[in-house]
Amino acid sequence: MSDIQRLKDIACQIRRDILRMVTMAKSGHPGGSLSSTDVVTVLYFNKMQHDPKNWNRSGKDADMFFLSCGHESPLLYSALARSGYFPVSELATFRKIGSRLQGHPATDTNLPGVFEASGSLGQGLSVAVGAALGKKLNGDFHKVYCLVGDGESQEGQIWEAAQFASHHKVDNLIAFTDWNGQQIDGTTEEVIGPDHLDQRWKAFGWNVVIAEDGNNMEDILSAIKLAEELQAVEPKPVMVMLKTVMGKGVDFMEGTCKWHGKAPKPEECEAALKQIPETLGDF
Amino acid sequence: MTKYTNTGNKDTRSGFGEGLLAIGRECKDVVALAADLKGSVKMDAFAKEFPERFFQAGIAEANMINVAAGLSLNGKIPFVGTFAAFAAGRVYDQVRMAVAYSETNVKIAASHAGITLGEDGATHQILEDIGLMRMLPGMSVVVPCDFNQTKNATIAAAKWNGPVYLRFGRPSVPNFTGENEVFEIGKAYRLNDGKDVTILACGHLVWEALLAAEELEKEGITADVINVATIKPLDYDTILNSIKKTGCVVTAEEHFIFGGMGEMIAGLLASHFPAPLEFVAIADKFGQSGTPSELMKAYGLDAEHIVAAARRAVSRK
Ligand SMILES: Cc1ncc(C[n+]2csc(CCOP(=O)(O)OP(=O)(O)O)c2C)c(N)n1
Repeated sequence: MSDIQRLKDIACQIRRDILRMVTMAKSGHPGGSLSSTDVVTVLYFNKMQHDPKNWNRSGKDADMFFLSCGHESPLLYSALARSGYFPVSELATFRKIGSRLQGHPATDTNLPGVFEASGSLGQGLSVAVGAALGKKLNGDFHKVYCLVGDGESQEGQIWEAAQFASHHKVDNLIAFTDWNGQQIDGTTEEVIGPDHLDQRWKAFGWNVVIAEDGNNMEDILSAIKLAEELQAVEPKPVMVMLKTVMGKGVDFMEGTCKWHGKAPKPEECEAALKQIPETLGDF
Repeated sequence: MTKYTNTGNKDTRSGFGEGLLAIGRECKDVVALAADLKGSVKMDAFAKEFPERFFQAGIAEANMINVAAGLSLNGKIPFVGTFAAFAAGRVYDQVRMAVAYSETNVKIAASHAGITLGEDGATHQILEDIGLMRMLPGMSVVVPCDFNQTKNATIAAAKWNGPVYLRFGRPSVPNFTGENEVFEIGKAYRLNDGKDVTILACGHLVWEALLAAEELEKEGITADVINVATIKPLDYDTILNSIKKTGCVVTAEEHFIFGGMGEMIAGLLASHFPAPLEFVAIADKFGQSGTPSELMKAYGLDAEHIVAAARRAVSRK
């Protein structure tokens, strides 16, 4: 089996996990989780050097991933469980009382793989920048990755982080924008345009790479490769803009903000799961 | 009355600067970040000696807090410095999620706290930061009383495992604690033994409390004076034992009554040992421009007001 096919299979399973977790919890955020599934799959199952069984919050001698858009927690939890950070069966506890899988990622439940709480939007990129700086100070040559929402990028703090990372030449950080054009109240243009996010990142001194299909494994991999090549020659952070589809993989969820933060009913979940093959076994 | 000597007025923010430099020399994991107030918060010496461990964040406090959280994950001990109004008020959500909830080892150096920031006026004079910070689970809140203690508390904060809100100020105030006294986070320091009233003070009001105790002694009222240098975790034993002995309390702080150290003591008394309590703090009203000493007087934050409060407390026993 080619590596691309392996990644696609994992992404299918993660999408099923997301849908089932959110349905069982009767709450959560499927839309953005589904649009970012492919890049997170590439990171955890292809790019990142990490040791799920010996995870340590210091991130020492490992790559680190930060989910700035914390509402995509079901995606993170599924990727972590499927990587072996904790038992896949624990995904069934998502958002339930006493669970380590809080509505938004938390550190006080000691869930392996979560470096920092997120959920209040706009903050995670700054933490990733700090972690990347810390790695540079420690002479640790591993990378730091961070996923940011396009709606989230309306937060001023994102641009504070942008200028800081650029000024301090944080060149061991590759960030991704889930550029699905949707948020809660509508499209990003309707809510507060103009978007121009690629130009903004450039203006803030970052190198920018665009993945024309941010849900396509080949496109994502070549965008990351290009980001790495840019970083090898220029001491700059890189933003990979992923042109993704909100709700990717489920026809009635695609391209709309309606499923940003709404759980499907059991019968809707059934209809959705029919569109996504079970590749690794449901939890 | 135990005698204390003021060895000369000094600003507590400079105590922080000296402490940061000292601990920076001792521990290479200490790093510092400033938001265009490096000089005001006295990080200059540290930044000069350790340029690779100092990060200018620009006027972007929210990002600075979270960058510090990220640095701490790698075992760094970051001190973020800015005015208390911005360190606590402007970035409350960042401190809440990235520092307190995430239990990151970030030290918030909150300078220019309170009304004695002076002429800049109420926009900059935060009087609710103790309340904001002590409400956060896991956050330690430290309010040292003078230059030397701020220096020693800075060193202690670096060694403390967990987030610390270290509050200090701009004006020069009496310096009377020991130069190299080891500071313990979580300990209230008893400075004078008395039997009629307990005076609990923090920050530079501790000196005013000592002056008040001297004055009260002339009237035959002896005061237990306690420096509540750590608001959280609170040294319940030292405080309760004193109040059980004296039967009444005055609290003195440069803060609103709402949310301050005094209200914390009120809660303690209500649940453990009901006793009369008088607040020396600022009522429900913003500050204004003026010199620090004018403002202290105008807002009732001096020895004279502590004396009056002690008389009232004693008479209510
Ligand atoms: C500071 C803050 N404000 C508001 C919210 C509520 N909120 C959660 S997700 C969201 C929309 C995010 O949009 P986007 O980043 O595009 O994510 P997507 O819709 O693609 O999942 C909002 C407004 C929040 N979590 N944090």
